[in-house]
Amino acid sequence: MATTSLAGKPEAERCCTVDRVSMVYKIGAFGGTDLPAVRDVSFEVRAGEVVSLIGESGSGKTTLGKMILRLCPITGETITVDGVDISTFKRRRLKTYYRSVQGVFQDPFSSYNPIFKADRVFSMIKDEYFAEVNAAEWRRKVAASLEAVRLSPDEVLNKYPHQLSGGQLQRILIARALLLDIRLLVADEIISMLDASTRIDVLNLLADLKAQGLGILFITHDLSLGNYVSDKTVILRRGRIVEMGAPDRVFGNPLHPYTKSLLTSVPQLHRKWERVEAELAAGRAGLTGRCIYHERYPNGDGPVGLDAERPTLAEAEDDHFVACFQADGEETC
Amino acid sequence: MSKVSLRVAGLKVHYRTLRGDVKALDDVTFAVADGETMGLAGESGCGKTTLGKSLIRLDGRMRHVDGTVELDDEELPIGDTARMNDFRFREVFIIPQYAMSAMNPTRKIGKMTKELLESRGVRFETVRTELKRRLELVGLAHDVLDRYPIELSGGMKQRMVMVLSTLLNPSLLVADEVTSALDVSTQRAVAETLVDFRDRGFVRSMIVITHDVSLVYQIADSIMVMYAGKLAEKAPTDVIVDSPRHPYTQLLISSLPEVGVKYADKRLTGIPGSPPSLLDPPAGCRFRDRCPLAFDKCSEEPPFVEVEHGHYVACWKA
Repeated sequence: MATTSLAGKPEAERCCTVDRVSMVYKIGAFGGTDLPAVRDVSFEVRAGEVVSLIGESGSGKTTLGKMILRLCPITGETITVDGVDISTFKRRRLKTYYRSVQGVFQDPFSSYNPIFKADRVFSMIKDEYFAEVNAAEWRRKVAASLEAVRLSPDEVLNKYPHQLSGGQLQRILIARALLLDIRLLVADEIISMLDASTRIDVLNLLADLKAQGLGILFITHDLSLGNYVSDKTVILRRGRIVEMGAPDRVFGNPLHPYTKSLLTSVPQLHRKWERVEAELAAGRAGLTGRCIYHERYPNGDGPVGLDAERPTLAEAEDDHFVACFQADGEETC
Repeated sequence: MSKVSLRVAGLKVHYRTLRGDVKALDDVTFAVADGETMGLAGESGCGKTTLGKSLIRLDGRMRHVDGTVELDDEELPIGDTARMNDFRFREVFIIPQYAMSAMNPTRKIGKMTKELLESRGVRFETVRTELKRRLELVGLAHDVLDRYPIELSGGMKQRMVMVLSTLLNPSLLVADEVTSALDVSTQRAVAETLVDFRDRGFVRSMIVITHDVSLVYQIADSIMVMYAGKLAEKAPTDVIVDSPRHPYTQLLISSLPEVGVKYADKRLTGIPGSPPSLLDPPAGCRFRDRCPLAFDKCSEEPPFVEVEHGHYVACWKA
């Protein structure tokens, strides 16, 4: 492991570091065909930072989230959280790990068992992790945690999942995660099933939690949501990072052809597709026929990963990295 | 856009449930001009899908209570499933939500198309050339007809469904959430195909139902916003997005994060509260409880009136 990251931040502020991980699924009748879902991906989430992982279906974004949550094995190099390699955790150690890292997923309605009351998710946490805490103390803790996600305990406790809205259910799951002393939250498409008028409340909540020092990995397919709260944007395509950096750089000055094509397809309010396309075409003029990555690393076979030896990404400007413009990286450009 | 293609007047459709009637559509009156693409937007449960379905086929739980639907000056017998057969597919058609997942997995697409056409009394041979021409238009190879639905990607299936639904050049097409399960780039292709079909005259007018206002902003001529089974506002697209008059539309538009808007610069807010139950909707304006502008008069129901040319609003303050 390198001692400094590319942005030169000291080790201590890093919360989760994903270092050159890959994942290959075996598909076909006898598992004879390989489907690389994640290829050589490296990035980091710092404490108090929201990192948006954006990609279309099949880009490997969910697989990456699952790896961090240890829901699928980590292959390639390592994932470290607070400087400790998490890939070998088993049983007791893994259970302790879940005290500091939790996930919330896309469909709030299927995250709950419909025949039990929704607040059962809290008592399950108590049984597993806080068996010694007495009931009154626990009630106080649950109430505090619900208030942190801006729900009033009277409104949501003692109700069945179908009596609550999607936004409320999603916030209860976040409150559940907050009962544990988490450092990192993996939020996988947590607002894509919510209505427009409630999803913004959940996004604002993420921003508040971030201000309290929580690291958040926000996985989404929606570029406009990835921009609103995040401090860093990672664009994935077919398991590879194509562009990464501060959101205003990635969205304001997209360099990679894939990022641009994504941006021209997102329906935006106040800007029609033709206009976005024209603006991007103007910005692209100077880049025709160029590949920033290969200009930086002419041999192409260069380095892989965030650490200096083999980067797959070239630094185009401060805090803005881009991969080879041949997005698959297999062909030369 | 002078001639009116679709005219809906006082339409009321209720769902029968054990606990009473759910008033999913309550006194809906609007018109769609010839050649107009109207976006129909609203949150889940606002009645937008019910409205789309009631123009074509009422399912078993739906009851036509009141109101009329006229298409090209002819009244549609929407309460009578058998008589609607003469209009479905030929005059008015729907691409239902998840249509692309509803293709028969055991039939090749060509055979499915043939069966569908013949069930409507149309010989497959008479439309075969036109079908192939339209497949080319949307970028599908002819051999999709010899494939099973599982062999196609989501975007290909959606385009196939679009070709199929417009094959007999219906006067009105209702497209219900046709882009919602697709990736952004496919989403754009599908949306532009809809516009292209309209421009080529395969369909005359369209109602595009979606929860995504920014999508209909791209393709629609006008946008109609529904709330809790009622119409809230209808106006030309730019007017709805730039200067909406109904407080619900205003709040809805301002709660959408856009590319380029950052939390740190501009904190957006949602709409507090939740829509009323349609089992026993409150009297007066249904948005009253969540509305920041509500005043005494809102206990009376506001009429859906034209405040400017082509701009209809149901609000006392508009």
